[in-house]
Amino acid sequence: MNSGDTAWVLASAALVLLMTPGLAFFYGGMVRAKSVLNMLMMSFVTIGIVSILWTLYGFSVSFGLTGNGFWGGLNWAGMGEAMKGLAQNGAQLGIPNLAFSMFQLMFAIITPALISGAIADRAKFIGWSVFVTLWATLVYFPVAHWVFAFGDKNGNGAGWLAHLGVEDFAGGTAVHINAGAAGLALAIVLGKRNGWPKAQFKPHNLPFVMLGAGLLWFGWFGFNAGSALAANGLAALAFTNTQVATASAAISWILVERFRDGHATSLGFASGAVAGLVAITPACAFLVPWSAIVLGLVAGAVCAYAVGMKYRLGFDDSLDVVGVHLVGGIVGCLFLGFFSTAKANVNGAGGTAVDGLFYGGGFHLLGIQALAAGSVLLYSFVLAFVIGYAINKTIGFRLDPEAEESGIDLDQHVETAYETLGGSGFRPSGTFVGAHKTEEVPA
Amino acid sequence: MKLITAVIKPHKLDEVKSALESFGVQGLTVSEASGYGRQKGHTEVYRGAEYTVDLVPKVRVEVLVDDADAADVVDVVVKAAQTGRIGDGKVWVVPIEDVVRVRTGERGIDAL
Repeated sequence: MNSGDTAWVLASAALVLLMTPGLAFFYGGMVRAKSVLNMLMMSFVTIGIVSILWTLYGFSVSFGLTGNGFWGGLNWAGMGEAMKGLAQNGAQLGIPNLAFSMFQLMFAIITPALISGAIADRAKFIGWSVFVTLWATLVYFPVAHWVFAFGDKNGNGAGWLAHLGVEDFAGGTAVHINAGAAGLALAIVLGKRNGWPKAQFKPHNLPFVMLGAGLLWFGWFGFNAGSALAANGLAALAFTNTQVATASAAISWILVERFRDGHATSLGFASGAVAGLVAITPACAFLVPWSAIVLGLVAGAVCAYAVGMKYRLGFDDSLDVVGVHLVGGIVGCLFLGFFSTAKANVNGAGGTAVDGLFYGGGFHLLGIQALAAGSVLLYSFVLAFVIGYAINKTIGFRLDPEAEESGIDLDQHVETAYETLGGSGFRPSGTFVGAHKTEEVPA
Repeated sequence: MKLITAVIKPHKLDEVKSALESFGVQGLTVSEASGYGRQKGHTEVYRGAEYTVDLVPKVRVEVLVDDADAADVVDVVVKAAQTGRIGDGKVWVVPIEDVVRVRTGERGIDAL
């Protein structure tokens, strides 16, 4: 066992967990004041549900070594057997199997949480909870196997896309395209919010959005650099590219805003940063840093335009899961077909980058990337549509119109986030008298 | 007696309050309000989606004064609240029949 690698992977697992509360605030700030608690809860409850599923069978389905190209088998159900020994993922790793399992669990948690942004304000909590259970089981766990599982140390039992040689370092397909396609399906199944798009749906707390984006950015270093599964040069490259692409995408998005709408906005910077994080996720270990700038600039601008599509196409993807995660994920995956380079295999640290079109590798990689993006998109969309439709027809998924009007927080959780809803936010102000002023209070 | 009601920009409250204190006004009531005048609100843009915000935040200040002071108090409020830009607000004056101080039961001018 390598203690340095193990320390980094365990720390990375904790970093990736923090992304889900970060996402909750990123989303929570964007909804109206009457829905913020439900928005937070849709993310938090996935931490609860998926952690249990993962231990019972999720880790086994995703990374078990007794399956085939489509799933990992049930040998590690309950994780009694998975506790033993070091992890293998296409090679012998220097970390305990449980460290690998906990790191991958955090990916399985945040992926369904990402979907929740597409159905803000209008999903019954029980319907959402059942959806998370079924979608994680039938979609995330197998798809993670397709892409992330490289089999045992000899490569036996690898996922079919991993075996084909798809480049997806940390989840452009398995996480972002997967969640984005499911978000599109649910936005269609549940339908538009009352009054969308004519009524007022502006974000109620942009400081929450900025805070959430900051936490996501911080946690994403665990997501991407941690995916090296070792504390080495490859992790440092992934870290570097993550920083560079994210910064570039945030700048790119606010430049679009400045020239299109007249002003750079805080929501635009936060959205651009997340779009950059999404796009660099598959690509972070396969690019040289200057091309990560190019990817960031492209992703920020493309996503800044993509979030407007829903108004033309008429689906209420409330917080732009499609425009940011599906589109950003596709941009990152296909970009590799052009800019991936074997030069990124630094320090002999086990990098597996191959040359894309611009480095003389021809169309081979681009074809595999497109196949991976397309098959994950299609599989997730169809399954999410069927699961969502079935839940809505049985236990109910869409909230009643009256409950939506009075607020989902009150209806689904019997709570309200703030003392007073509405009003201008103004409070009568006094003057500062002095610190720790003590005064006799008359009886 | 007169009731003077001023609807002003929220950030002008502190100036209006100190101006009234300097003039000698003993008390006032402040509440949050929202509304629009001829300026008709403004627009905001979120991820490229433009929203009109019709009702903009305002502060309503209410002061009870003696008839003789009413014109001067209005001037004091207007002078303190004015920025010269659109959306500065309105001040109006209405006659008041009677005023009672709850603690003592004093009435009329004595209750101001």
